[in-house]
Amino acid sequence: MSLDTRATAGAARPGPPGAGRTAPRGVRAWARDLAMGMRFAAGGREGWTRTILTAVGVGLGVALLLGAASVPELMERREDRSVARSAEDQFSGKKVDRSDSTVLQRDLTTDFRDMTVNGRVLRAEGSRPVLPPGLEKIPADGEMVVSPALRDLLDSSEGALLKERFGKYRVTGTIGDAGLIHPKELYYYAGSHALTPAKGGHRVAKFGYAQPGEPLDPLLVVLVVLACVVLLTPVIIFIGTAVRFGGDRRDRRLAALRLVGADAHTVRRIAAGESLSGALLGLAVGAIAFLGLRELFGMFDLTQVSAFPSDVVPLPGLALLILAAVPVTAVVVTLISLRAVSIEPLGVVRSSKPRRRRLWWRLVMPLLGLGILLAAGRVGGDMGPPVYAIGLGSTLTLVGLAALLPWLVEASVARLRGGGPVPWQLATRRLQLSSGTAARAVGGITVAVAGAVALQMMFGAMHDDFNRATDNDPGRAKLVVRADVGDGQLAERMIDKFRTTKGVKNVIGTVTTYAVRPGKMSADTLRPLTELTVASCANLRELARIGTCEDGDTFVVHTGNKRLNKWVDASARPGKQLDLNPVSWDEPGHRHVLWTLPADSRTVRARPDPGGEVHDGVYATPGAVDLSKLVDASTTAMVQVDPDVPDAEEYIRNTAAHVDPFLDVMTLHAVERDKQYATIHTGIQAGAMATMMLIAASMLVSMLEQLRERKRLLAALTAFGTRRGSMAWSVLWQTAIPVAIGLALAVAGGLGLGYVMVRMIQKSVTDWWMFVPLTVAGGVLVAVVTLLSLPPLWRMMRPEGLRTE
Amino acid sequence: MTPAGSLLTAHGLRKAYGPTTALDGAAFSIHPGEVVAVMGPSGSGKSTLLHCLAGIVRPDEGSITYDGRELTGMPDSALSALRRSEFGFVFQFGQLVPELTCVENVALPLRLNGARRKEAEATARTWMERLEVDDVAAKRPGEVSGGQGQRVAVARALATSPRVVFADEPTGALDSLNGERVMELLTDAARSTNAAVVLVTHETRVAAYSDREIVVRDGRSRDMERVI
Amino acid sequence: MSIGHTLLGLLESGPRHGYDLKRAFDEKFGHDKPLHYGQVYSTMSRLLKNGLVEVDGIEAGGGPERKRYAITDAGVTDVQRWLATPEKPEPYLQSTLYTKVVLALLTGRDAAELLDVQRAEHLRLMRILTDRKRKGDLADQLICDHALFHLEADLRWLELAAARLGKLAQEVRSA
Repeated sequence: MSLDTRATAGAARPGPPGAGRTAPRGVRAWARDLAMGMRFAAGGREGWTRTILTAVGVGLGVALLLGAASVPELMERREDRSVARSAEDQFSGKKVDRSDSTVLQRDLTTDFRDMTVNGRVLRAEGSRPVLPPGLEKIPADGEMVVSPALRDLLDSSEGALLKERFGKYRVTGTIGDAGLIHPKELYYYAGSHALTPAKGGHRVAKFGYAQPGEPLDPLLVVLVVLACVVLLTPVIIFIGTAVRFGGDRRDRRLAALRLVGADAHTVRRIAAGESLSGALLGLAVGAIAFLGLRELFGMFDLTQVSAFPSDVVPLPGLALLILAAVPVTAVVVTLISLRAVSIEPLGVVRSSKPRRRRLWWRLVMPLLGLGILLAAGRVGGDMGPPVYAIGLGSTLTLVGLAALLPWLVEASVARLRGGGPVPWQLATRRLQLSSGTAARAVGGITVAVAGAVALQMMFGAMHDDFNRATDNDPGRAKLVVRADVGDGQLAERMIDKFRTTKGVKNVIGTVTTYAVRPGKMSADTLRPLTELTVASCANLRELARIGTCEDGDTFVVHTGNKRLNKWVDASARPGKQLDLNPVSWDEPGHRHVLWTLPADSRTVRARPDPGGEVHDGVYATPGAVDLSKLVDASTTAMVQVDPDVPDAEEYIRNTAAHVDPFLDVMTLHAVERDKQYATIHTGIQAGAMATMMLIAASMLVSMLEQLRERKRLLAALTAFGTRRGSMAWSVLWQTAIPVAIGLALAVAGGLGLGYVMVRMIQKSVTDWWMFVPLTVAGGVLVAVVTLLSLPPLWRMMRPEGLRTE
Repeated sequence: MTPAGSLLTAHGLRKAYGPTTALDGAAFSIHPGEVVAVMGPSGSGKSTLLHCLAGIVRPDEGSITYDGRELTGMPDSALSALRRSEFGFVFQFGQLVPELTCVENVALPLRLNGARRKEAEATARTWMERLEVDDVAAKRPGEVSGGQGQRVAVARALATSPRVVFADEPTGALDSLNGERVMELLTDAARSTNAAVVLVTHETRVAAYSDREIVVRDGRSRDMERVI
Repeated sequence: MSIGHTLLGLLESGPRHGYDLKRAFDEKFGHDKPLHYGQVYSTMSRLLKNGLVEVDGIEAGGGPERKRYAITDAGVTDVQRWLATPEKPEPYLQSTLYTKVVLALLTGRDAAELLDVQRAEHLRLMRILTDRKRKGDLADQLICDHALFHLEADLRWLELAAARLGKLAQEVRSA
């Protein structure tokens, strides 16, 4: 009874202003509190510091995500421009008739140090030539139009040798952006009247041909999907961490709100609002950073990555997803982080016995991930790779590792009994009290390293598929220069020129042509044909074990292959004739160049040339064959370089260009890498760098935050004589212990994931120790973070911190 | 200049923080076993005087002699070593390492001096008994009351058997009953070990636990013993 | 509070008539309790007898209130001694201490020194009480605490007065 009356009385009593209104509920309460939180975020120095920290952290993450979302569009636009400038019929094999608009073109690529300069020689055949994009007219004879990057290179002192190579061309213009794949591309169009079909000129009626693009190897697809997951998961984790920056101080400020009557739910929503404004500001920072970096990409050529800013456009869907996911993540993360904390009017109470972290769901995630990958079947054959299964499985595995980490850190440090030296004791006790912060900071590194270990294992397993060991022997020759010179004397002259070029140790020069067995043969038998190699005794000695030799000698050269030797013997018959004009032999009007293989020709055994090839057939010294009579000879100069002469290769290329601009110069490498594979490798390395830097940044921020919070304590510790070194060590341990645990987990998880992935692509693990460099990188990270936190630590250890005011 | 038999003396101390002059020719001296109160209005420079005397802050001018050694020219490492082994400190608050247990906190300066953990903690426990806080040895500072925490801090300051204890408003955060108890225990313990205590306080009833009083005004010190 | 010392102190700035003395006293120290002229008269005659003041002259028209007094050297010494001696710390000292401070300011003596001396005396007593409290039983402790709290209040007042000396000097001199 009495209770009832009191209730009525209470309701009837006119309350203080505002009390009559019911407090808003549901959506309105949310909106009100979020808005209030956002005002807090902008209020006061404390609020700003926190908001800016979060915004910068989120911004970095968002910029990276936007960058990743732009990759597809970037690739497509590059491809589009690459297509637009290639000749329509280059690969179709159709013959094009000369007309007023046709153009002769020849691709002419040259290497300059570690750079590749692509370009084409053009010659208009009429008055209205077709133009590739970026050109206003076909350059006239002796003129050259270059890309801005090539122009800069040619104008610089560094490019002097390259300028010499292009000496016969005058630069008359610049290729427009439409004609370039990326802003730092080295490209040129040169005009030359010397270009003829015989010199490799190809007639073009139209530019812009969709050459059938090489589809990405399914193995590479698997690799790319995994790489995306590996690189982006830490970024997402980082954003989650950034949202929590300065959380402890915020909680204390929120306690003041509880004092004036906000309830626990309201306070939580206000906290969410605060994070939300950090996240929204972060989106803005991220967008600005993204736009800024985009411009930078256009200006700098960072490890061969450059792009037109206008090409770097995120896919709208992905951009929207980022825009939506980041604020939602911020709110959700804040609410979750406040679960274990109760903000009371007089302060923040962290549940003194924090709920023990449960293990089961943390274990289920990675196991489920690995399960999906194991169940996804194997990649190979005609089936496309199971992209979604790989994406989902690897994401689950990696995120699961990140979830497992706090449990592992907690379980590990709980075992440490505070023994050991003082810095160790300080660090372990600190970790025991709040292992969550430490684990969160290290979560990113765990995922990144685990992913990187898996990726490295994939790389290792796929390595042999994409790195073909060539037969080339760079020890004997470094460059091979070939000319389709029909004139043997010219070829000898070329060899002479190389001999006198700076940096050349030796030149193995040969003139080769084919020789045909003349005479009548039945129509259905293949006419025996063999290679004729003409060179000096010294040069021939590099190609076969010829023994004694003097000018005028000839040899029949065999290899280890009996069937091929028979084929050689069919045409190379000592004392019998050979026809040295192999072109269209059976057609009417063939001009015979008959030559008798001397009867005293010895049969000798070939040895591999510096390019790894073995040449059989007939070898002759210049005295035995009249080179000027050769019709379809080609000249090869294998040039041995003096490794002590810098830029020796460049001098040789210049000589080659001087002799004939259309010479092909090839550099021999012991290993030839698949280009796509190499690009992906570069991309992953760049991404891993960015991720590592992000992680270092977030660890540094949380370390500094923690130090700032204990400014007074640090000053007191200094007062009673604590050595700076002791404090530095405790900071180091505090970072190093969780990182070590994180790395151990990462290596275990990474090896697991890597093993499953390697199994999926039906390879075997080549090297189980791939993780060593990555763990070393983790160690370096710890050292860097520690070193960077030392100056602020010293500053905070100053006695000024003792002053109460 | 140095009064006979004094352990720690200073004269002509000047110290400025930017444009603010904290000390302007202050002097000080203390004998072994003596408790000297440093009083004065807030901002008068009394904390700075304590920091200078303890070798935490270097004065711009003047000299500080401890046990015949001049502190002003000593390298930082020597000063730190001195603070570790010869001096003890009690501050108003925020001096206990929150993640260490109370006994580990008390043992900390001993361990910084190179003592083994077991011995250090045994010594720490006897001091905690003396200050009547042995029951909170295994607790963390966050779990004990302000008075207990301050007594833990006093135990820590005394654990190394220092020759000088510097106490900067040691009761500032305590109620009067707790504050007096802390003072009683501190001065008793200090007298029994013949340690000198430099006590900065603004409370006269705390200062009444001293043997002598020095007043700092506008950066200048005044020995009240010689007034009468 | 010693009226004799106060009046002597007022004379230090120059000879005054008895009536002037009363007016000056009331203005600076009288507050709600003005001095009877009879008190001035009897005090001055005692001082005269002790040789601390002398009659400087008598105005025409006669009457005791017309006498002009001047301080003697012995009188100055007496004021000096009085100001330099700390008061025995006891309750409700303020009016005496205040008078001393104002007089010191009026006569150009060091008022801060006066306060410091008093402060030292207070603290000395507090030490004694604190020491007794430590050694005594609960009753002793309670009694000592009572005294200590009063002394503490006095000391606070002394500190406050010391902090406000500059301002007080201005006011005293302008009045």
